[in-house]
Amino acid sequence: MLDSGHSVLPPAPGVGYKPQHFAAIMAEAGPVGWLEIHAENYMGAGGRPLAQLRALAERFALSVHGVGLSIGGEGPLDAEHLARLKALCGWLHPASFSEHLAWSTHDGVFLNDLLPLPYTTATIRRVCDHIDRVQNVLGRRMLLENPSTYLAFAETEMDEVAFLTEIAKRTGCGLLLDVNNVFVSGVNQSFDPADYIRRFPHDLVGEIHLGGHAEDEADHGMPLLIDAHGSEVADPVWALYAACVSQSGPKPTLIEWDNDVPDWPVLREEAVRAASVLQVAK
Amino acid sequence: MTQAQFFDALLTPEAAPPPGLVDPLGRVAPRRFDVYRNNVAISLVRALEDGFPVVRRLVGEAFFAAMALVHLRAHPPKGPLLVTYGAEFPGFLERFPPVAHLGYLPDVARLEVVLRESYHAADALPVGSDDLAALSASQILTSRMRLAPSLRLLRSDWPVCTIWRAQTEGGPAPVMQAEDVAVLRPAFDPRPHCLPTGALNVIAGLGDGLSLENALGLAPGVDAGALLTLLLQERGIVEILA
Repeated sequence: MLDSGHSVLPPAPGVGYKPQHFAAIMAEAGPVGWLEIHAENYMGAGGRPLAQLRALAERFALSVHGVGLSIGGEGPLDAEHLARLKALCGWLHPASFSEHLAWSTHDGVFLNDLLPLPYTTATIRRVCDHIDRVQNVLGRRMLLENPSTYLAFAETEMDEVAFLTEIAKRTGCGLLLDVNNVFVSGVNQSFDPADYIRRFPHDLVGEIHLGGHAEDEADHGMPLLIDAHGSEVADPVWALYAACVSQSGPKPTLIEWDNDVPDWPVLREEAVRAASVLQVAK
Repeated sequence: MTQAQFFDALLTPEAAPPPGLVDPLGRVAPRRFDVYRNNVAISLVRALEDGFPVVRRLVGEAFFAAMALVHLRAHPPKGPLLVTYGAEFPGFLERFPPVAHLGYLPDVARLEVVLRESYHAADALPVGSDDLAALSASQILTSRMRLAPSLRLLRSDWPVCTIWRAQTEGGPAPVMQAEDVAVLRPAFDPRPHCLPTGALNVIAGLGDGLSLENALGLAPGVDAGALLTLLLQERGIVEILA
């Protein structure tokens, strides 16, 4: 049992925690006020991962971000995995728990990607059933994150903002607004990201994500952005973020950098930039 | 369209995307589907690379990546804990014809599996040499010992410990002979140790709850003092049960 006393995420910058940054974060966190961990990396019995996590929890508010629950899956939730999440949240007492509007498991096979869903009433029912179950088992409200998508479903009946808002209304869950994902999906799906942000239910947002994307090309020469998390946050995403927090007020804001992870000062500089945007939004 | 159709197309290279997936203008969009296909392949190949860095070094990065894709189609992860992905990889290597000439490779993979198990194993306060010094020789011999949860044993027909050390620490080149290995984790980083003949049986006996005396009886000739020194130095004993 561990009581860090950090019951909420502060409306400050946070970073996705990488073990290679442990000593640097402890020595010079800069404006970083909280950290996010991927739940699945901390489900072992002991060793360095849990030792680092215990040390971080004494100092920082923590957000546990699941990447393996497959909340949008057609099959039932993995009860064993849900029990592991409950155990982790049980001893760590994180300030927040979040997962994705996506699926990643089929027939017991885990694909380690956030796969897309058609936005239909049938999908809403299934996702809501799964979120109800997660919130019941964990005994806490969760945040659901908007995905980056690369293609659309012919059967989709409604737009993503309406879809997420309806799920939050039915389940009482909060939302995690990934501004980079909005920008990526906007380019990929030909919608206006600024309009998406304007229509988003900001009162339900418990956390914002920012990350880098890569540029590619789709069929028929159309532009395609990839949610790669391997570079700095792009300038148009910073602009969208500024518009977002000027509308919503300051929110806990995470810098995600998962691939080609840079040295700590580079990541901290991204947090400094987020802090300056949050300062203006106050 | 069902997720089963999506899933099957993801894991089948060159297969057309399932119907009903479109671009913003309602057209079929195979390149868009390929983004998901690539994400799945790249991230799961990377998960195997993370788990088997020494096998990767031995066969080369490009060969490893190609082999990991073949392995992925046969043994995709059965759950979201990728820190344990690859349990079937040693067996896969045994049956994968292109590496049949590298007889030691499956056991190097087995060593990497147990190293990773050790890395994530539970913590336990170790017994120090002072604790042992408080006991008489006959008390030590009749004691049972609880071993560290991070301790692992591996018996191989190949010099896997020497190969591992040569690849990661610049240790001496291996001589092709069998090795018994104990993986011990003094703090957070597990390391393999090559054991003298019979010592693996003694440690296994201790792990099964035998007294030191009875465990030593399994392998006459083992230097009990040297074995205890190794286990104490590397924090492999967590309790003395008199």
